[in-house]
Amino acid sequence: MTPGLPSRAGTPPADWRDTRPPAGGRYSYAFLDEGAKREIRRRILKAAAIPGCQVPFGSREMPIARGWGTGGLQLTLSLIGPEDVLKVIDQGADDSVNAVNIKKFVTRVTGVAVTTDTAAATMIQTRHRIPEEPLQPHQILIFQVPIPEPLRLVEPSERETRRMHAEADYSRMWLYLYEDIVKFNEITVGARYPVLVNCRHLMDPSPIPRWDLAKLHQGEALFLFCAGREKRIYAVPPHTEVQPLSFEDFAFRVEAFAGRRCARCGSGGTYLDEVIDDATGRRTYACSDTAFCEKARRSCGAAEDPPTREGIA
Amino acid sequence: MGYVAVRGGAAAIENSEKFSLVRRAGGASGLLTPEQIREQLYFAVDRVMGEGSLYAPDLAALAFKQAAGDSFEAAFILRSYRTTLPRIGYSEPVAPDGMRVIRRISAAFKDIPGGQILGPTPDYTLRLLDFELQEESAARTRQQIRQLLRETNRLDPLPERFPKVVELLRREGLLVRRHASGKDRGLTDITRQALSFPAPRSAQLQSLARGETGGMLALAYSNMRGYGSVHPVIGELRVGFLSVPFRNPRSGSVECIGEVLVTEAEVIARLAEAEGPARFSLGYGLCFGHNETKAIAMAVLDRAMSGGEPAAPSEDQEFVLTHVDGIESMGFCNHYKLPHYVTFQSELDRLRRIQAGSGLTGEENP
Repeated sequence: MTPGLPSRAGTPPADWRDTRPPAGGRYSYAFLDEGAKREIRRRILKAAAIPGCQVPFGSREMPIARGWGTGGLQLTLSLIGPEDVLKVIDQGADDSVNAVNIKKFVTRVTGVAVTTDTAAATMIQTRHRIPEEPLQPHQILIFQVPIPEPLRLVEPSERETRRMHAEADYSRMWLYLYEDIVKFNEITVGARYPVLVNCRHLMDPSPIPRWDLAKLHQGEALFLFCAGREKRIYAVPPHTEVQPLSFEDFAFRVEAFAGRRCARCGSGGTYLDEVIDDATGRRTYACSDTAFCEKARRSCGAAEDPPTREGIA
Repeated sequence: MGYVAVRGGAAAIENSEKFSLVRRAGGASGLLTPEQIREQLYFAVDRVMGEGSLYAPDLAALAFKQAAGDSFEAAFILRSYRTTLPRIGYSEPVAPDGMRVIRRISAAFKDIPGGQILGPTPDYTLRLLDFELQEESAARTRQQIRQLLRETNRLDPLPERFPKVVELLRREGLLVRRHASGKDRGLTDITRQALSFPAPRSAQLQSLARGETGGMLALAYSNMRGYGSVHPVIGELRVGFLSVPFRNPRSGSVECIGEVLVTEAEVIARLAEAEGPARFSLGYGLCFGHNETKAIAMAVLDRAMSGGEPAAPSEDQEFVLTHVDGIESMGFCNHYKLPHYVTFQSELDRLRRIQAGSGLTGEENP
């Protein structure tokens, strides 16, 4: 096994098959049948061997809806062992309803421990963010991907985009960005900014902000991506080149927060959510990564939590 | 801080489930049993089985009850249950001329071998609201049915096989042989392999068979109405029971392991003159349960995709097959309800920058 790749993913514990789900009865450990898990793990290996290349797989229907993280969930369930510690975030938040729902489901079918602490997790399933805290070699970050094809922006046909990847023909993507600059004097792509992986495959990093792209480059952890609806798995293994498309004379730029800091923990240098006050209409900013924010507050001995309203409107 | 996000986690989800329970079962009327749904709302059950891609009338009725009548949701519940079932094997091929039919019609010929059988259909019934059903008396309806069964003369047993109408045309050499598009070595299983294009015919028919009725109807209708070139004639439409032959892995003999109710449609359409001597070509549709709209739409789409260069969306195999699955399209449509704060913030950043017009205030890539 390659050093740097988490060995845990390849060597399940001895009691892997004996583990009975705590929910009992009609569903097997981690919901998917063993055949499906093995198939998905084989696809993950292929994806990790060709960084950034989309590998088709027989995506299973899950009890959560397509587009709500069925891809990420299939990776999580096919890799998770009883000793894993799971963290699930949605838009950076641990307590977002969808993250809570996914966590609840995985615990129900596996009984694994869950955490909000990025450092304590062995496996993190995420939608639209990479945690601010740097990831470690033993960790796996699993991205939920709505649209795995970066070229979909310029070409609707799958048949055609597969040809373009095979020939590394990304001219139309470059042209799209160039035309943006000509029209708006700016590249208009917000999140989902296309990146070139291992100097070969153009990859959709899932709709993470441009802010997070640097964390993919030469990372320590294994990054796995999966689109359940579109039935594609791809990966960025540790220590891989990941570069956003950028022109020599028009540099790639991340989101600007103009020196603003989080109103809750005071951190600068994190991705911020814009928060608009109901009454005054005043705009404040808060860390999008809620676990990081919490840790930062605790470590600087901040006083009580600012009041937050819970519940769905 | 007046910040209300879609957060709140476990408690909120539990409360939402309780609210739904009250909406489904909080009324004064008696609770529906899955048995009632299976017997009396059979079109709904059939649709759920077809789109859920699992032939299980009891489970489909349960899913329909659980989903409070939302057919998308019920098919979705059934489909995700299907995921957990082991794949035991594949049945042997079935010849549908051996179908135990309850309905069989042809719009192409007046007299067909074996005869036309109208069967149960609302086609010729006036769609007037039947106010008598408002206060239907169970006793009277039962009695009515008993009397019906008494008075009906039992016909001679139906023939074991009904010859296929299109066979007549095939024997005359009027039908073109369909070339299997793509590399169709054996059977593709779309539940185990992601589609690639051009998809083999087996993958095409499987995708359509589990497609969403409304979506398929819209695409097929676009073709019939003008955005396409198929002018279909229904060669034959059948509803009936097909036995499922399965090879016993121990003894090696083929055994019937059950029956499924299916709807089968074969549409005939003329080929464009440019494609050689004038001949007919066939479109095929088959789905679980009694769902004629879907079977016909499927046959029209199957035929529409058989041509060369697509001239309309319904003739483009990739376009049709990637958009007909109800579970996928519904899920994706609804996922836009999930928070998009982070991505929207990223968009906002772009828009503000463009409006500011400078393009120089952002932070360089760290």
